[in-house]
Amino acid sequence: MTRKAAIVGGNRIPFARSNKKYARASNQDMLTATIDGLVARYGLAGEQLGEVVAGAVLKHARDFNLTRESVLGSQLSPSTPAYDVQQACGTGLEAAVLVANKIALGQIESGIAGGTDTTSDAPLAVNDDLRHVLIALNNAKTLPDRLKLLGKIRPGQLVPDQPRNVEPRTGLSMGEHAAQTAKVWEVSRESQDELAVASHHNLAAAYDRGFFDDLVTPFLGLTRDDNLRPDSTVEKLATLKPVFGEGEGATMTAANSTPLTDGASAVLLASDEWAAEHQLPVLAHLVDAQTAAVDYVHGGEGLLMAPAYAMPVMLARNGLTLQDFDLYEIHEAFASTVLSTMKAWEDPAFCKEKLGLDAPLGSIDRSKLNVNGSSLAAGHPFAATGGRIVASLAKALHELGPGKRGLISICAAGGQGVVAILES
Amino acid sequence: MSDWYRDFANSGVGTTLVRQLGLPRPAVLRRYTPGQPLLDGPALVGSAGEGRLRAEIEAVLRDDGVTVLSPAIADGGSGPKVAAVVLDATGLTTPADLASAHDFLAPAVKRLGTNGRVVVLGEVPGDAPSPALAAARQALDGLVRSLAKELRAGAIANLVYVPSGAEAAVPGPLRFFLSGRSAYVDGQTVTLSAVDAPSGDGGTTPLAGKVAVVTGAARGIGASIADVLGRAGAHVVAVDIPAAGQALAAVANRVGGTALQLDITAPDAAQRLVEHLVQRHGGADVVVHNAGITRDKLLVNMDSARWNSVLAVNLQAQLDLTQALLDAEGALKPGARVVAVSSQSGIAGNRGQTNYSASKAGVIGMVRAWAPAFAERGATINAVAPGFIVTEMTAKMPFGTREVGARLNSLQQGGLPVDVAEAIAWLAQPASAGVNGQVLRVCGQNLLGA
Repeated sequence: MTRKAAIVGGNRIPFARSNKKYARASNQDMLTATIDGLVARYGLAGEQLGEVVAGAVLKHARDFNLTRESVLGSQLSPSTPAYDVQQACGTGLEAAVLVANKIALGQIESGIAGGTDTTSDAPLAVNDDLRHVLIALNNAKTLPDRLKLLGKIRPGQLVPDQPRNVEPRTGLSMGEHAAQTAKVWEVSRESQDELAVASHHNLAAAYDRGFFDDLVTPFLGLTRDDNLRPDSTVEKLATLKPVFGEGEGATMTAANSTPLTDGASAVLLASDEWAAEHQLPVLAHLVDAQTAAVDYVHGGEGLLMAPAYAMPVMLARNGLTLQDFDLYEIHEAFASTVLSTMKAWEDPAFCKEKLGLDAPLGSIDRSKLNVNGSSLAAGHPFAATGGRIVASLAKALHELGPGKRGLISICAAGGQGVVAILES
Repeated sequence: MSDWYRDFANSGVGTTLVRQLGLPRPAVLRRYTPGQPLLDGPALVGSAGEGRLRAEIEAVLRDDGVTVLSPAIADGGSGPKVAAVVLDATGLTTPADLASAHDFLAPAVKRLGTNGRVVVLGEVPGDAPSPALAAARQALDGLVRSLAKELRAGAIANLVYVPSGAEAAVPGPLRFFLSGRSAYVDGQTVTLSAVDAPSGDGGTTPLAGKVAVVTGAARGIGASIADVLGRAGAHVVAVDIPAAGQALAAVANRVGGTALQLDITAPDAAQRLVEHLVQRHGGADVVVHNAGITRDKLLVNMDSARWNSVLAVNLQAQLDLTQALLDAEGALKPGARVVAVSSQSGIAGNRGQTNYSASKAGVIGMVRAWAPAFAERGATINAVAPGFIVTEMTAKMPFGTREVGARLNSLQQGGLPVDVAEAIAWLAQPASAGVNGQVLRVCGQNLLGA
């Protein structure tokens, strides 16, 4: 038995730039508040759901059971089970896929998929050398042994290990990787800035028409994403200096790359029956999803290009072409990532050699792309982006009417990607 | 938000001191808690003339386990304390009969205990066949208002006008004015309509299974209304502007309700509210128009933005939402209850509040005009006009202004948000079917506009 999971709705807190409004909020604070906002929107106080699945990319050791702890702190019934997932920036969408799959299999009737991330409250770890000494100290049996070990501690060992926004296997930041890909695909500075401006304008317009009234719940005094610049223009963006890439060819600036952001999101999924029983709407169904990974370490592929590989697999399985969609959501990790991915799908050589296709996937109607803004404007708290996109796209498809299709593409660290199809 | 003066005046040393100085001594009011008996003691019931409501009155009291004492043993005011005095004055035939009202009330009120209740029931003056009879009936209004001002120790007096045929509508209002729910409702007159009302008060959950919309529910009086409606068993749809969403979600979750982030002045607000109610809840039983804002300035200094925003939120939105709910199929369930929050400022006026007072007076005009149409649907629409209610807003007032404002009423203290909420929850009950087009002040009989 399989059935398609319904997307009932979503909630997120406004996304905040790093070390601003949410500087003192933890991942658990944000995820709990986000779940509570969702509970309030759908009248679920005290309700036992099938499962809550969420995660964070930057996670403290104390948050080993982050999602379950958030559920216990929320207004949901304490008998709602939960577990954590982590797939870098794909976490939120992957969580939705996991919940949807259990619903599709009839293992659960309802569930919440979410994600949270803070770069303000990032975990600082004890330096590895010191950790080794401390563990030995703990195991030492006699006082002289202990004193001997204490004597081994050096000032340099007291400096904590900070999480770094780099790929462990290349030592390059994600931006530097993206800059390499932008160069390969010859993505111009102008096209990146245009995409960034469109993101800001689309997000601002969506706020102004009340689109987010039932998608966002304010948190700690923040009512809109504080990265949003409604008056952004291509001219203003053109004045910024590149921050990633080197020399003449550098095109990536602070404006056409996402900033470090704090925030959380959650999506309510259910079977059609459960939604009907609870008199809740069905905005869309999660039709299918696909992940892929690329060898960016040795294989010569760009770090963030995996969605390009996942897409044809999912399209073929569903008998669809890239043009069979009414709305597209391509996560704006960097403007250049969106543009490189679309160029790849248009490129006959790439589609033949890398994807093994007879013909290129073709182009996307840009007027259907990220119509309510995306990460460049809203910001990108890694694990929270998937939930933001799923809920917003489901609502946008619902507004268009029944039978409308939407496509999601999210790139992730480690050379991974997640794509999914929604249908209203 | 605690009343430091009331607490002091009721403390050991405070009681002596305020007595010697001749200062007011506000009582700790008896407020409703679930499971509380209707009255904490017996009730004295009497008539002026051949009243027709004695049976209804005594049935309500006996149903709620209250011992009913008759005037024969009233004993010139020397008997044991009573919790309530109820006068059936529907038998008045001439102004001279009012003497019998005095004959009953004088010794009875003498026996009234702390937080006592006086309820007088009379015929509607406007229905009287002669000027003399109309005068006798109207006289009750002056009598009750003055008596309310004489009562002390948290006691209140209220008047219910009962037209012929409205006997079935009596128990709901009678219970309200006797109970702790009316703690801050004093010196008020309510005129009933002749309708069928369900007997019984629904126990502690009179709104079980009902859907109740509350606008402006994120904080203050609105949050309290949500709490009390939720306590009464309703599923509360808590509405407030999106920017208030975090507090709104907390209120909705607290009462096991639903949060709806909606700017009620948005062009599509009515449509969105109707869609939400129809799709998610199968319509609303109760709608409380509580959302309101102030933008105070003297009229001569008031810009149009201040004027327009206050009128838009406080009045136009109430009109638009109510009209949309009436028009949309299934948005209002049969027997629906609409309660609009007006204000003392809408009755008495207030310096610096021409915009606010205009909007709140407009609300009164709205409910009175709409009442007949609501009656045709078996529904009701009423207004509640709060007086000085202690909220975060009043906490920001200067000390002197706040303390004087809080004492200028017969109960010598400010009311609490829950007092307004209790009055609204009462109007929302099925048993309040006979209360329509009324304006109920929750002001402790404030001197302003009284």
